[in-house]
Amino acid sequence: MAFALPLAQSDPVIPEFGRGSSCVRDPDALFCWGWVKDNWSDTLQPALLQHIALTLIAIGIGSAIAFSLALTAHRRGWLTTPVVVVTGFLYTIPSLALFQLLVPFTGLTRTTAEIALVSYTLLILFRNMLAGLAAVPAEVRDAAIGMGMTARQLLWKVELPLALPAIFAGLRIAVVTVISLATIAVFVVNEGLGAPIYNGLQQTFSTELIAAGGLCVLLALFSDALLVLLQRAISPWARVARR
Amino acid sequence: MGAGGTTMNDFTDAFRFIGDNVSLLWHLTLDHLALTGAAMAIALVVALPLGVWLGHLHRGSFVAINISNIGRALPSLALIAFGVALLGIGFVNVMVALVVLAIPPMLTNAYVAVDGVDPDAVEAAQGMGMTPTEVLLRVELPLALPLIFAGVRTAVVYVIATATLAPLAGASSLGNVIVDQATYRLPGVLGAAICVAVLALVAELSFALLQRAVTPRGLRAGRRDGEEAVPPPGEGRRVLVRYANS
Amino acid sequence: MNSENTAQTEGPTAYPSAAPLEFRHVGKRYPGADGAAIEDLSFEVPAGEICVLVGPSGCGKTTAMRLVNRMIDLSSGEILLDGRSVNDRKPAELRREIGYVIQQIGLFPHQTIAQNIATVPKLLGWDKRRIAARVTELLELVGLPAEMGARYPSQLSGGQRQRVGVARALAADPPLMLMDEPFGAIDPINRERLQDEFLRLQREIRKTIVFVTHDIDEAIKMGDRIAIMREGGRLAQYATPDELLAAPADEFVAKFVGADRGLKRLTLSHLGDIELTDGVVVKVGDPAEEARRRAADHGVEEVVVLDGGEKPLGRLPVARLNGQPVSADDADPLAAIGGRSTSLRDALSLVVADRNRPLVVVEDDGRLAGLVSLELISDALRPPG
Repeated sequence: MAFALPLAQSDPVIPEFGRGSSCVRDPDALFCWGWVKDNWSDTLQPALLQHIALTLIAIGIGSAIAFSLALTAHRRGWLTTPVVVVTGFLYTIPSLALFQLLVPFTGLTRTTAEIALVSYTLLILFRNMLAGLAAVPAEVRDAAIGMGMTARQLLWKVELPLALPAIFAGLRIAVVTVISLATIAVFVVNEGLGAPIYNGLQQTFSTELIAAGGLCVLLALFSDALLVLLQRAISPWARVARR
Repeated sequence: MGAGGTTMNDFTDAFRFIGDNVSLLWHLTLDHLALTGAAMAIALVVALPLGVWLGHLHRGSFVAINISNIGRALPSLALIAFGVALLGIGFVNVMVALVVLAIPPMLTNAYVAVDGVDPDAVEAAQGMGMTPTEVLLRVELPLALPLIFAGVRTAVVYVIATATLAPLAGASSLGNVIVDQATYRLPGVLGAAICVAVLALVAELSFALLQRAVTPRGLRAGRRDGEEAVPPPGEGRRVLVRYANS
Repeated sequence: MNSENTAQTEGPTAYPSAAPLEFRHVGKRYPGADGAAIEDLSFEVPAGEICVLVGPSGCGKTTAMRLVNRMIDLSSGEILLDGRSVNDRKPAELRREIGYVIQQIGLFPHQTIAQNIATVPKLLGWDKRRIAARVTELLELVGLPAEMGARYPSQLSGGQRQRVGVARALAADPPLMLMDEPFGAIDPINRERLQDEFLRLQREIRKTIVFVTHDIDEAIKMGDRIAIMREGGRLAQYATPDELLAAPADEFVAKFVGADRGLKRLTLSHLGDIELTDGVVVKVGDPAEEARRRAADHGVEEVVVLDGGEKPLGRLPVARLNGQPVSADDADPLAAIGGRSTSLRDALSLVVADRNRPLVVVEDDGRLAGLVSLELISDALRPPG
């Protein structure tokens, strides 16, 4: 590959600074907008999209697992403690270590990254879902059964809607956490905003890591705000003034 | 990679690496703990008095509670990267980054803990003639201690985890081995990862036990394993904070 | 939904508007518990009547009620709703045709009032238009403005929520309603108003109702029949309020209904129920001589002065007659006036407050109906038979 068109390459190669931007002349500047503009479409935007994909997959799978565990534990209380112990154990392992410990099993792949990210969502999502379901007032449950709801109707029409705010609170924490941790995934797979941050750390030119780090924080804050709005939209009853 | 046999071999090699490099890993662990200790000491001195004071006055809830949300949104890798950009490399830079990460959970928990002390208990104490200082020291702090401690525990584990990234900014920790696959190969990386995981779990467990020990006996009964379940926003008087450990 | 009931066409559902309920030797025993929770409980509630289960806490009254809609399953005996054992029914299906009101009401906080009321009709699969019409009808029935349907439970006062609870229970026009201390969490003043409202409503809807309370006064007020229960889930007495107060079956019942049970009985009768005495009356403008003579004939020292329309104006002591024709100015104004709907208990209180002088009672249009004296009231207290 490297020998493909050696002679046709007429432009000088300036790998450290991206395509000849104004920053080349001033490599000591803290931040250079010109670099961001020049590298948006080939570096930052793909990294951002990969980061979003990493996050969405982790949250999707994590929610599905946590949701089924919480629904089961809601009926069978004894399940709660073992699930909390195991997910709490996973949660405590530092991410850099966990990513590496998975490598012998799944290699330097996106799967490794996702398994680690999913494992960090479980404790948060499980606890909040269970707490939300458990917080449904006893009299509401009693009235629902007394009016002839089946167990399934009780769950879907009463318990889950009432647990939504707690579930969303968990979702918000999980999403922000995953966005933050997904940067560490760069140590096993060269994807997401971790890649430009890591790349930036290897050089004295700081614009790349500041831009990518900033994007990551913005993505977290934006997602959090989006979830707040979504929660308000689907639980209008939680907003009305109480007398 | 992936096949059962090789996986087993990888871990066998990792433990062999640990056995062969006890002295190296021990020194790196001490570096790791020094970094953690220094950052925690500074963060404690800043966060706890501020959180307790705000909670005592029941003021600044917006900042005190939201700072932990913002803290969680800060990727530790990005923070260390910012530190490199602003302060250059070395122990101090990493320590400052760790302090910034450790403050939010402790501040929020301290605030929520003191702010959420049963108002009846506080009123009864005032009614019996305690001065504000006495109310704080004899009623609010003892009742808030378990929750304050939960914040410290969260921060410690978080800082231990993040200190693993220290070598990226030119400071030494167990992460030295993990990020240097070229030198140490997979067995070394895995061995160090195991050490970091054990270190974090030991810290988590010992602080959990300590937290139990500082919980006044009257508060122990009936508490569900001492922690969180983050309530819906708006009902968040007892929001507790935990961080996944980057 | 229920193919068996398709013959019924009255009302918004296929159910009969009210159904009789019968407990036959019902027992409930929890595994591991020492005694029975309910022991050999038998009684019948005729269709359209309110049966109050009352007793001290722990007597099993709520348990007994919850056996009916199978929130708890019985251990022995049977419960027949409209002649059919509840055990032969699927619990969810059975519950949909039994109205259910509990003390904490249990409105769904995430649904509007209208959605709350529509719960059972939705479970029964009614079409949207029919549900909407029924919700409007029910809001009106319980005295809530129609626009309240769009609100959420947290925006309502306690009394309003209670009304919504009743409307929700009535939504599918069930032949039986179970009410567990429905007014228990309401302050005394509003509780009384809600009780009155509910009794008025019941006169319209005529449901069979099982009503649980620990308050004997509420039981007496609400019940057509009262089942007094004692610890161990045993029935101490099953009777109408009047029988219960007049002839308590045993020491326990006597103690539970209270030493003032005579007074309580007085709340059950009204001035309209008893024969009033005519009393001695004179009209404004009557000669003094005639007034004096009438008083002497009846051996009284006071006469009641009426105006031309026979409305009472006051009491006139005979000694105050001075030869002039009777004038309203000489009479003492009436401290209180009773009506046909005044309870005997209130009448007694008014008489005693007026130094035992007979109470003047008027018709709805204000004309004199008669007088009620202490003797008349105490006569009414004598046990029947």
